[in-house]
Amino acid sequence: MAQRDLRLVHDAASEPGPILPSSVLGTLIFVLTEIMLFAGLISAFMIVRGGTVEWPPPGQPRLPVEATALNTAALLASGLLIWMAGRAYRGDRAQAGGPFAAGLALGAFFVVFQGFEWARLLAQGLTLTSSTHGSFFYLIVGTHALHAIVALGILVWAFQLHSRRELRPSTFTAARTFWYFVVGVWPVLYLRVYL
Amino acid sequence: MAETVHPAEQAAHGEHHEEGWVKKYLFSTDHKIIAMQYLFTGMAMGLIGAFFAYVFRMQLAFPGMEVPFFGVVSANEYNSLITNHGAIMIFWVAMPVLIAAFGNFLIPLMIGADDMVFPRINRLSYQIFFISALVLLASFFVEGGGFGGAWTAYPPLSANAAYSLTPMGATLWLVAVALEFVAFLLGGINFVTTLMNSRTKGMGIYDIPMVLWMIIIASILFMASVGPLIAGAVMLFMDQQVGTHFYDPTRGGDPLLWQHLFWFFGHPEVYVVLLPAMGIVADIMPVFARKKLFAYRTILWTAIGTGVLSFTVWAHHQFIAGIDPRMAHVFTITTLLISIPIAEMCFVYIATLYGGSIRLNTPMLWALAFVAEFLIGGVTGIFLGASGADIYFHDTYFVLAHFHYTFFPIAIIGTYAGVTFWFPKMFGRMMNDTLGKIHFWGTIIPFNLIFIPLFVLGAAGQHRRIYDFTNYPMLAEPWMQDLRVLATVSLVVMLAFQLVFFYNVIVSLVRGEKAGKNPWKSNTLEWTTESPPPHGNFGDQYPTVYRPPYEYSHPDREEDYWPQNLPN
Repeated sequence: MAQRDLRLVHDAASEPGPILPSSVLGTLIFVLTEIMLFAGLISAFMIVRGGTVEWPPPGQPRLPVEATALNTAALLASGLLIWMAGRAYRGDRAQAGGPFAAGLALGAFFVVFQGFEWARLLAQGLTLTSSTHGSFFYLIVGTHALHAIVALGILVWAFQLHSRRELRPSTFTAARTFWYFVVGVWPVLYLRVYL
Repeated sequence: MAETVHPAEQAAHGEHHEEGWVKKYLFSTDHKIIAMQYLFTGMAMGLIGAFFAYVFRMQLAFPGMEVPFFGVVSANEYNSLITNHGAIMIFWVAMPVLIAAFGNFLIPLMIGADDMVFPRINRLSYQIFFISALVLLASFFVEGGGFGGAWTAYPPLSANAAYSLTPMGATLWLVAVALEFVAFLLGGINFVTTLMNSRTKGMGIYDIPMVLWMIIIASILFMASVGPLIAGAVMLFMDQQVGTHFYDPTRGGDPLLWQHLFWFFGHPEVYVVLLPAMGIVADIMPVFARKKLFAYRTILWTAIGTGVLSFTVWAHHQFIAGIDPRMAHVFTITTLLISIPIAEMCFVYIATLYGGSIRLNTPMLWALAFVAEFLIGGVTGIFLGASGADIYFHDTYFVLAHFHYTFFPIAIIGTYAGVTFWFPKMFGRMMNDTLGKIHFWGTIIPFNLIFIPLFVLGAAGQHRRIYDFTNYPMLAEPWMQDLRVLATVSLVVMLAFQLVFFYNVIVSLVRGEKAGKNPWKSNTLEWTTESPPPHGNFGDQYPTVYRPPYEYSHPDREEDYWPQNLPN
């Protein structure tokens, strides 16, 4: 993605370089679209939910609010650790590895834990087609899970580059930016869908 | 920008030239090749869309006749034809040509860069777009035929195969549209990043040619508005294929939800395609009026204001869908407000012409026609934006004629303006001006003869999406049928005149006069390099920018133009 982003930068002596490296700017623009995607999903959910008398619909299982609160904390902690890794990367790069790995592990924990929750909910009868409650739950949370998996994949790739000392700062910033989005959008989804 | 290209890069550019034909023209990462791919794919899709229009117009003028090159049109085929005519013309013609083709071709050339920031993402963008076109074309040949639920795809018609009778076509259509969005998302990221980070030395933000601003603003509008529609499209797909009930009111869903998600995208989309066409016109007019573009910064901020406002007007498509009348008032006000910046831009263009030394070459004729025809589209939109009048006009041919008076200037006139203007740069040869003028008048006159009758029919109450008007006595009066025949005959005449254009393109490519670097005596950077530009665009020296792009007839200068890259 960022194979050429430093080549076209203006001559530093005569003009300031770009405010943001191209890979970071590109990621931010992509995140803008992603924010609007989730805004669309959430507003659709609110409209349908607003048209009902009782929510969740009668006969449908309740969502695991407390367990997911714990999982939310894990995801937020992961975002914090990745942020610390990014700070460390600007100074002593060797020190970034620890928080980076811990952040990755917590992110993976979040996805796996969500998987267990889904398995339990499916067993309790909440499926994609059992009600609009189930449809929206799996659609919204599933869309987020898909983003989390892709973002984790990018971070794992960045981690490999890092351990080979080939990770460029702008690539790392771009990868982190996408992870911050995945972390940052989750509390909104939690508040809207679970509570 | 470094003053010279690194030797290693020059070697890289050289290597590209030695690549085989397939690698060079089909899998290239060169922005100019990708622009041509988008242009030719868009024009080919345009021919398909035009053929569809011909078939269903023949059916409306001569119900039940055997249409030449098609045969008798069944009701289902009619639905599929109108649906895909609309979808193709917007998603596979207007967007790829105006944004992707001109954006890809012009952005690096006009800002003095050698390519896009992410060339491989750029290539991927076209490849996904191409696949989306194939998926759409494939949908015409599956069981039940192509999707027939109108290009707006309202559920429950689109969500339930029992209603649409196109179980496969509806889903393939949706998949094709979704792929097309992905392609433009990748393209848009590239456009904005390239414009921000790759401008050559000296090019400040007010030195950027207006057409680039317009393409960039359009890309941002697209990326900011498409998210909710992707969300809605996923839900529609799941309703079709998985068995969910997002849009099914009998099972807790809400069919109106789709209309909101669709038009939240759909109305900014109008400006997504309008602004690039506005930009093309803004770049052509100063060249052929030999006069500075009037009020550069006003146009820029007006366009940004239009973009912001365009997110607040969407429910004017839903005045009769049962929305709260108080809400309808709000959307009436925002809709009427948005006509102000667009009218302002038209006045600014006229002010650019005022006192200029006008040359009526083919590109200028198209640019002038754009303003004139788009004005008719804009003014008739006022009636539809007012919720009271819209209750009567809704879903009539008045609406249809209105948006063709906006989209035809955008997608067809804007494209012809741009192609005839940049053809010398794209291919190194001039187009024949006489043939160009024959094509121009042969397009503009029939265009008005198609759609003015449709305004009259719409005002008389002729409803859209009716397969055969002879079934409705009040719509089957002889004078109404005469107007339908007039519109259809005009369409056939207009389509026939397009052959002049294709003949002109082919003859000019082979025998056209050599264009040289700067045939129009224009200021912007793309005219400072060879025609067609080599791989890497500017050879071993990037241009440096010293002034804004529209310094024509400057009093301190003997020549009436002042290229951006000249020190004095």
